[in-house]
Amino acid sequence: MTTTTHTPDHAHDDHGHDHAHDHPTGIMRWVTATNHKDIGTLYLWFAFVMFISGGVMALCIRLELFKPGLQFFRPELFNQFTTLHGLIMVFGAIMPAFTGLANWQIPLMVGAPDMAFARMNNWSFWLLPPAALLLMISFVVPGGAAAAGWTLYAPLSTQMGMGMDLTIFAIHIMGISSIMGSINIITTILNMRAPGMTLMRMPMFCWTTLITAYLLIAVMPVLAGAVTMVLTDRHFGTSFFNAAGGGDPILYQHVFWFFGHPEVYIMALPSFGVVSQIIPTFSRKPLFGYHSMVYATSSIAILSFMVWAHHMFVTGLPATAQLFFMYATMIIAVPTGVKVFNWIATMWKGSLSFETPMLFAIGFVSLFTLGGFSGVVLSITPVDVQLHGTYYVVAHFHYVLVAGALFSLFGATYYWLPKWCGNMYDEKMGKFHFWWSMIWFNVTFGPMHFLGLAGMPRRIPDYATQFTEFNQIASIGAFMFGLGQLIFLYNVIRTIRGGVGPAPQRPWEGAHTLEWELPSPAPFHTWEEPPTRELVERLSAEQKLH
Amino acid sequence: MKNRATRLFAALSMTASLSCLADYQLNLQEPVNDIGRRIYDLHTFLLWICLAIFIVVFGAMFYAIAVHRKDKGHKAANFHESVTVEVVWTIIPILILVVMAYPATKLILQQKDTRGADMTIKVTGYQWKWGYEYMDGEGQGVKFLSRLATPQKQYDGVDNPTPDAKDEHYLLEVDHPLVVPVGKKVRVLTTAGDVIHSFWVPALAVKLDAIPGFIRDTWFEVDKPGIYRGQCTELCGKDHGFMPIVVEAKSEDDYKAWVEKTKKEMTANADDPNKVWTMPDMLARGKQVYEANCAVCHKPDGKGQGAFPALDGSKIAGDPAHKADHIHLVLNGKNAMPAWGKTLSDTEIAAAITYERNSWGNKTGDLVQPADVKAARQ
Repeated sequence: MTTTTHTPDHAHDDHGHDHAHDHPTGIMRWVTATNHKDIGTLYLWFAFVMFISGGVMALCIRLELFKPGLQFFRPELFNQFTTLHGLIMVFGAIMPAFTGLANWQIPLMVGAPDMAFARMNNWSFWLLPPAALLLMISFVVPGGAAAAGWTLYAPLSTQMGMGMDLTIFAIHIMGISSIMGSINIITTILNMRAPGMTLMRMPMFCWTTLITAYLLIAVMPVLAGAVTMVLTDRHFGTSFFNAAGGGDPILYQHVFWFFGHPEVYIMALPSFGVVSQIIPTFSRKPLFGYHSMVYATSSIAILSFMVWAHHMFVTGLPATAQLFFMYATMIIAVPTGVKVFNWIATMWKGSLSFETPMLFAIGFVSLFTLGGFSGVVLSITPVDVQLHGTYYVVAHFHYVLVAGALFSLFGATYYWLPKWCGNMYDEKMGKFHFWWSMIWFNVTFGPMHFLGLAGMPRRIPDYATQFTEFNQIASIGAFMFGLGQLIFLYNVIRTIRGGVGPAPQRPWEGAHTLEWELPSPAPFHTWEEPPTRELVERLSAEQKLH
Repeated sequence: MKNRATRLFAALSMTASLSCLADYQLNLQEPVNDIGRRIYDLHTFLLWICLAIFIVVFGAMFYAIAVHRKDKGHKAANFHESVTVEVVWTIIPILILVVMAYPATKLILQQKDTRGADMTIKVTGYQWKWGYEYMDGEGQGVKFLSRLATPQKQYDGVDNPTPDAKDEHYLLEVDHPLVVPVGKKVRVLTTAGDVIHSFWVPALAVKLDAIPGFIRDTWFEVDKPGIYRGQCTELCGKDHGFMPIVVEAKSEDDYKAWVEKTKKEMTANADDPNKVWTMPDMLARGKQVYEANCAVCHKPDGKGQGAFPALDGSKIAGDPAHKADHIHLVLNGKNAMPAWGKTLSDTEIAAAITYERNSWGNKTGDLVQPADVKAARQ
């Protein structure tokens, strides 16, 4: 087992020479970062800042919705908050956070010294802050930010002011960033695995990241196409979405959702991968049905291309289309269910312990399953006629995205932070963060199921008085949930600065993947010599991988 | 410990008794037609299935959490795969889904079957109101707009920190409800004048998007007389939350009577398109039209707000040289501004334009006649 470590302090740094193996310090270290660990760190901090911004917008929304009547924000501004909350959370928080995880973990877990294209990796990250800036600036341009919902349906989106153009530009930039990142991930995973690490021996997190990268390359260009058509309809005289010119507004929805549905799996699959690492570790038992998990993930990815029109059940699709998309959507529940069963089978007859990462993983399995139930209800077209465009849908996707993707990101952070920074986080604080988030999340989004059933539409700043009570409960929950995230921030910063003490190389006794063979913190350069075949074989045997 | 439990119980029971004052509706609204009942029952069926799956899945997980713990000394087993088990828990969910899909399929086909309708109504979504037109049957030719009737003073608390008290059907009331006879299959054609809207009445279990430039259809029927309220369900701009739908179902006789009354009112109120108006009459009418349609964006004082330009002191409304441009803009719209030519009559447009050109600081002296507007439509 040989790893060379590389300490950053060189005696000859004093001369300021630019050696090929030196790395810059200060701000230039970050601006010109090509190291996957630094870039991972940049993505994760960027994602956290975006999470807070998107969260503040959500709190503005819940503040306005606390009571019926307009109290704080005009409807135009409220719609801007709704739209930007969605765009920022999807494109600014969740996706970059998973990319940051992938950057940190993929090379460590496959035994590679870095990502395949280290410089392109730098661009992948640095495109994001300007895109985020464009979105933020759109609030103060004439007409304000885009206010057509994150889905930007035409022709409403063709009507808006220049905030829409800034948003379109930002989406293009973020799309390019994602595509470049995906090229990097695919090349790294396919070409730079250590000897002995076959595809069917690599960690599930690597599989889900690989499949997600393919999804991204397939659909980000489709989104770019959709928003470009909006741009040309707005400024260059085209009529893609204008019936008077021979176009069709529904074309936008087809193109957008062909991107949009795989997009939600792009946000879900990495969370499946994280949970597939955490649960075996804290069950002290190999992941149940590794092959099945790989096939299930691939099935979900392929099926995700065939279900998009379930977002369009009330647009007047022909009966055949409604039937097809209903059946296809229902089928996706099967491989997803298989994954849930496999996680529980991993826990079954294990030797469970419940450190913070495991709490978030279990929370994920529980609440993602509930989100799956509301998803199945929505997939049934006649029922969707009553629920489409209501708060039931808002409840559904927040269960799978917040209790799903976000919880898995929290779990991943607690799980890998000791490896990243070499210190242990405060376990009591971590558990508190979990329970606080778990409780207030459900207080916020649970009632929204009832609001949707009772008849409250979404994207409205004011509502009929019978919806008051559940809205009040949801708003209180939201503020409390948001408050609790400050504890996470405090714990993370405190850990980086020393935490409760240095972390061992293997803080989790049940962990058997490659990154735990490295010191904590992982040195700046790792796996410059790949892990030996013997090591890879031994770890694979411990995980019962063939 | 006992004290705490007692206090907690007391608090909970107090909340429970207070809840009778609050509206904590947990399920779909009471359906008033066959499709609505079938959807309600299908949803209940789905919930039972979800409950069963929940018990099995979470039961296993909670059992493992309780029993298979390191701190209870449980040692980890060694198994890590089983093709049999994987096949079983793939097949069973598929079977469950088939059981769900069967009634769902029947319902979809029933919902899509608009044949044999007793009457047809065209529903048009506008920013931000609905237009209803009776296409056949006794009501043929009846046509009107339906706007939110809740006064702005009740809902707008942003500029006015002390809004009026909210009435019973706050945000779910309109000036002219859609009236239909009970027991008749009503085919609904939806379209829109500007952006996508969506026509939804929960108690009638009918929802269909209203798409500009296209016509879609669905149908509903109502079993018993009553008033049923719904809302626009597709984000359509700033007042998306302020364009409700009210359907009033009447007995056949009452419906016939309503049709008669409405037709008489329409003829009585119809503006003579050739009438030549005086300035004072035109200004009075124009103020009405302006406040009902234009003030929501351009403000009653004409000063606009945010993205909506001021009319007071503007070139287009204040400069005599731009009268034709003004008429053209109001007729045809631009970006977020609707094409009023589609929803307002020549008289109403002439009145509003005259009002705008002669109010506040604008003193053009222009008197626009309905005939001028009609000519500009060509």
